[in-house]
Amino acid sequence: MENNSRRGFMGKAFGAVAAVGAVGSLVAMKKSLDPLPSVKAAGFTTLDMSMYEEGLMITEKWRGKPIFVLKQSSEMLTKAKENPKDIERLIEVAGSHYMVCVGLCTHLGCIPAFRPESNDFKCACHGGEFDASGAVQMLPPPRGFDIPPFRIDGNKLVLGEAGPEWQAMKDNGITL
Amino acid sequence: MKNKEPLILAVVIFFTLVTYYLVEPYAHHVMHKHVESEHFAYADLPAITKTGNAENGKELVTNAGCTGCHSIDVAGMPAPMDAVMAAQSYGVNPPDLSNVGVILDAKFLADLIKNPAHALNVEHKFDVSKGQMHPMVPFYGMGGDIDQEIADMVAYLQSIAISPDEVTPAMAFENACGRCHAVGYEKWTQIGTKPAFKHEKDGLAFDIKVMEYQDSLKAYMGKLPPDLSMYIRSRNEHFISTLVENPQNHLAGTAMPRVGVTAESMDKIIEHMENAGDTKRHEREAIGKNVMIYIVIFAIFALLWKKQVWRDLH
Amino acid sequence: MAHFTKATSVKDWLDQRLAVNKLEKVMMSEYWIPKNINFLWAMGMVLVITFVLLVVSGIFLLMYYVPTTAEAFNSVNYTIMREVDFGWLWRHVHGVAASVVFLIIYIHMFTGIYYGSYKKGRELIWISGMLLFITFSAEAFSGYMLPWGQMSYWAGMVITNLFSGGSLHADGLVEWIRGDYVPAQAFLGRFFMLHVLLLPLAIMGLIGLHFGALRIPHVNNQDGEEIDFDKESKKYLDGDKAGSKVMRFANDFMSKDMMVVGIFLIFFFYLVFYNYGFAMDPVNFDPADGLKTPTHIYPEWYFLWSYEILRPFNIDLGLVLFGFAQVIFVLLPFLDRSPNTCAANRRGKAFSIWFWLMLVNMIVLTAMGKLPPEGIFSTIGLVAAIVFVVQWLALPIITSMEKKV
Repeated sequence: MENNSRRGFMGKAFGAVAAVGAVGSLVAMKKSLDPLPSVKAAGFTTLDMSMYEEGLMITEKWRGKPIFVLKQSSEMLTKAKENPKDIERLIEVAGSHYMVCVGLCTHLGCIPAFRPESNDFKCACHGGEFDASGAVQMLPPPRGFDIPPFRIDGNKLVLGEAGPEWQAMKDNGITL
Repeated sequence: MKNKEPLILAVVIFFTLVTYYLVEPYAHHVMHKHVESEHFAYADLPAITKTGNAENGKELVTNAGCTGCHSIDVAGMPAPMDAVMAAQSYGVNPPDLSNVGVILDAKFLADLIKNPAHALNVEHKFDVSKGQMHPMVPFYGMGGDIDQEIADMVAYLQSIAISPDEVTPAMAFENACGRCHAVGYEKWTQIGTKPAFKHEKDGLAFDIKVMEYQDSLKAYMGKLPPDLSMYIRSRNEHFISTLVENPQNHLAGTAMPRVGVTAESMDKIIEHMENAGDTKRHEREAIGKNVMIYIVIFAIFALLWKKQVWRDLH
Repeated sequence: MAHFTKATSVKDWLDQRLAVNKLEKVMMSEYWIPKNINFLWAMGMVLVITFVLLVVSGIFLLMYYVPTTAEAFNSVNYTIMREVDFGWLWRHVHGVAASVVFLIIYIHMFTGIYYGSYKKGRELIWISGMLLFITFSAEAFSGYMLPWGQMSYWAGMVITNLFSGGSLHADGLVEWIRGDYVPAQAFLGRFFMLHVLLLPLAIMGLIGLHFGALRIPHVNNQDGEEIDFDKESKKYLDGDKAGSKVMRFANDFMSKDMMVVGIFLIFFFYLVFYNYGFAMDPVNFDPADGLKTPTHIYPEWYFLWSYEILRPFNIDLGLVLFGFAQVIFVLLPFLDRSPNTCAANRRGKAFSIWFWLMLVNMIVLTAMGKLPPEGIFSTIGLVAAIVFVVQWLALPIITSMEKKV
């Protein structure tokens, strides 16, 4: 009897040791699938904000994602000022207001197209719409365009670095 | 017992076909605008009313300054500058005029000489009232009857061109599309076929020239016109030919000009694109026929075997 | 120790070492199949043949395919399609078979539902079959990434985004799955591995389980009749072939299997040579471009119904219902509370309506999943998605009220 239970115990103990090994190797497997350091390091883009024209939507690239830059025309700005949520989304650099957003629909990541005639964005995948400040104007997207981490440097914008203005936006729940 | 299998088969086929119809023909019909072919009639362009004289035309072409920008290789007139420099000056390399007379429609040529932005259907991009001039200078006449003069010039261009049978698919494509569109799978770049270089350095030098050309082209067109290697599969024959016939019908506001090819040239262009993107189509058709014959025989033998095995089972 | 004698033939030599005679009896000649079945019972063999076509064509594609974002598109469209002799044939066979295999899977599945072939000890056949459906779906999706065209890229983007879990906003998980912020080299590399190694291994294992699960309960028949296989097989072996209710798998039923396969292959090769467009989407012949979404993004036709269940709702509810749609079929043997195992049409009105409505509704969802989400299509899609969910919730109720027939 004693022998039996002891054999049972050793069997379980062996099982436990094997499980530790298995869990250890799972950690290694998880880490092997992480983004590579070189991928993570190549994550900064600097934009010269004086290059943009009012009302003209320009697509830049940051971390392989499209970045929408739209210098607000006075018409857009008036419209944005009517809604405090909209105006908070804009970034002020050297006296001008810009929409700078990750140009991916927050629903499932398609790139919405800019419609110059109505100054808004329409996503072809599931019909979501965003206004000129990047806020949702028609479902299904759950929130406005995400705003990439930025730092204002004179009339330049550094994407990938979290400056105080971006931190404030994040704290106020304007972007994720 | 009654044999229900034909009924079951009918049910299976019915639901399969309904699904297929909804997902393929019907969905594509809803998603894609249908553009009817105008059979390359260019009905909006005025007909040529005068009979042209090629002799006079030759003189007019020389005197009107066409060769200031265009080469005419068959007449021994070289290009004033190379493709890269020409693109820097005009946005795109002006074409050699040797064979435009056979590849392009005569009505189109006549209108092009008189009013380039109109013939090319890019007046939305070149609004004279806003000072936006098309890089090709319109022909204002040499003092005589302008319509007669243009008819003469068209007659001259037609007289120097090769006969329609001699136009190869590649030639039609290169003339009409090849100065904006590359076809990587045919080694075609906007400045010509990329030769096989012995030294890597020469190959890179060629690539740099292509890139410089592409930069000018990008600035001129708004974006780099796509490589057309696989377009015969990513679009289809009908889309491509109606797009070439009048780009505005498919993509309103596009910078792509109407290039004014004849219906025969369009067939050649399609053939060239098939050679690039659907190279093995003849083999596929030939083998397809044989495989179908074989597989029917296979099915017949399977059927006969089944009949024999099942004879004892009932 | 086993006793070995001098072999009298090659077969005998093998039999002493591998028991091939016994094996042949168990797997082929004395694997008993009821006679009361129709051609729908041959879909299993059709699937086996299609899977073989996929493996063989895949092997030849694998030899020239290059799994890098720079070369993948050209290795498929230039090297395989233009240069490799018959490369185009392997690619068309592979592409068309990947699409057609789902048509047959759906027919196979609805046959099972119609005749109640997931009941009375056949639960594991159904469950292993649905696991095969899920692994085939993963296999199809990962394969769709490989040509690295526009649809590959954007389908990859949209589907991996599903793992952010809507409001949970698990971007870290999405980036971990991709190995990058967007689908790029790391993403292509791991989906390539999944497509050519891990998932095919899983599929082969599951096919073994699926067949194994079939051995003890035997295949169902058109009337759900419980057959005494011992008695009927004895009758057959005693010479009353016509009077017995069962037949051998080989050659009896296999000859019918092959007849159906023959007819299927006519249809299949017609598609391969003359009507392949439905299986090889034109948009995927444009190289991947992360800065340009195609005008219309839609999955391959066999994913459309579940995609449409995701689409009409806000992201969180959409994801929940999408998850529901993925697993609910697996649970069918436990949701069907009816005591009856027979054709749906004979189980009473309620289940009969349930079955045909489910079939039609899934076709409606499939169609709406492809059509642009606008106007009347959005509304139809929403209604169909709700009907789908309601039907599954109602299933235990209507089946427990079913009378024994």
